[in-house]
Amino acid sequence: MLPELDECVVKERIAKRIALEFTEGQVVNLGIGIPTLVSDYIPEGVHIIFQAENGAIGVGPAPAEPDLRCIGAGGRIISILPGGSFFASDTSFGLIRGGHVDATVLGTLEVSQTGDIANWVVPGKSVPGMGGAMDLVVGAKKVYIATTHTTKKGAAKILKKCTLPLTAVGVASMVVTEFAVFTIENGRMTLIEKSPEVTLEQIREHTEAEFDVADPLLPIKGMEVAESA
Amino acid sequence: MTKKIIKPVVSAHEAVQCVKKGDTIMVGGFNYGGIPYTLVDALYEAGTDELTMIANDTAYENVGHGKLVAAGRIKKVIASHVGLNKKTGEYYNSGKMELELSPQGTFVERIRAGGFGLGGFLTPTGVGTIVEEGKQVLEVNGRKYILELPLRADVALVRAYKADRMGNLIYKGTNRNFNPAMATAADIVIAEVDSVVDVGELDPDVIVTQGILIDMLVVKGGSYYASRT
Repeated sequence: MLPELDECVVKERIAKRIALEFTEGQVVNLGIGIPTLVSDYIPEGVHIIFQAENGAIGVGPAPAEPDLRCIGAGGRIISILPGGSFFASDTSFGLIRGGHVDATVLGTLEVSQTGDIANWVVPGKSVPGMGGAMDLVVGAKKVYIATTHTTKKGAAKILKKCTLPLTAVGVASMVVTEFAVFTIENGRMTLIEKSPEVTLEQIREHTEAEFDVADPLLPIKGMEVAESA
Repeated sequence: MTKKIIKPVVSAHEAVQCVKKGDTIMVGGFNYGGIPYTLVDALYEAGTDELTMIANDTAYENVGHGKLVAAGRIKKVIASHVGLNKKTGEYYNSGKMELELSPQGTFVERIRAGGFGLGGFLTPTGVGTIVEEGKQVLEVNGRKYILELPLRADVALVRAYKADRMGNLIYKGTNRNFNPAMATAADIVIAEVDSVVDVGELDPDVIVTQGILIDMLVVKGGSYYASRT
């Protein structure tokens, strides 16, 4: 069994780790759920331009005086920082598909060892629709997957091959869970970091995907800071 | 039919008379933002049914055009995301309503194509997923693209911030979203606005939607969301 961690610790650890990936000036789109938290952990001194696919760039935190005419893709009220702007959905997805967005962070139901993602439908159960996810993962230069290592019932989410209908083929470049960080390059998955509370054997047990192990295998970056904060 | 140079400013109830049973309508908005609430409420009260509705999402069960779905007025929805309105999934799963899902960037581009005279367009979004089922996949310069076809409607209900008497429109914040594209892609276009100003009062450099596209103007009402968005 994998150790049970507090839900807040899980979310914070994943968000914080992904935030460390971003560099000065990058344009980033954050999905709903854990990905939204990433903006809270951007290291001091690093300036990131956040894009919201419903039509805003230069997205900042919620303002003191809420205005329902200024919302993010998850419906949260946002502010627009100086230098930001609003635009229509066609321009927004032009920016996304056109490769003008450096990175997107999304949650997922399943991810495969070759970077396939399935995160928009469970046939026969829920039909929420793909929203902007399919365009984002195809258009953004890097796709970060923020996910718990297993489902609530303990089933593996990091698989050899996705079983649910795909969002896109071979697009994920990094998968961050509360216990592990994997990179996917040229169709091969590599475990580069793990949390100290699990062994490599435990990760193998709860990860169906085949992966290489980096040497040295490092502890998850930013963890100590996240948990003492 | 030639549109009037000076647009009639009418009540929402008068305006929605042009929507007939069995029509295809477009409704602007993303989540709760930028929905023509007053028009949609009037259409709800008019009871017009058997409609095909093209809208990014189906809002919420009791909000905006989500009410049209919940009341069974819609025979088919074309959208990118319907997860916020439980009735949409319920009616689709029970066979009561048809549902066509398009990735959000594809969705808006299909409307743009419909409004701008294109026979379709090629997008990489959805390649290798069920989105490509039944569609032509073409290879251009070594990359695969799906041929996506245009969308048009009988009537578009859009939401803007201000109009001048000639129907030129400007928008506010993230309310813009799908509205400008939809204003190009329907035979009859009705715009709901905060206020109507004299011709010449809007700066030609900031007008987003050209008045030649608009048939009628409606000043927004005082409902909870109409007054706040």
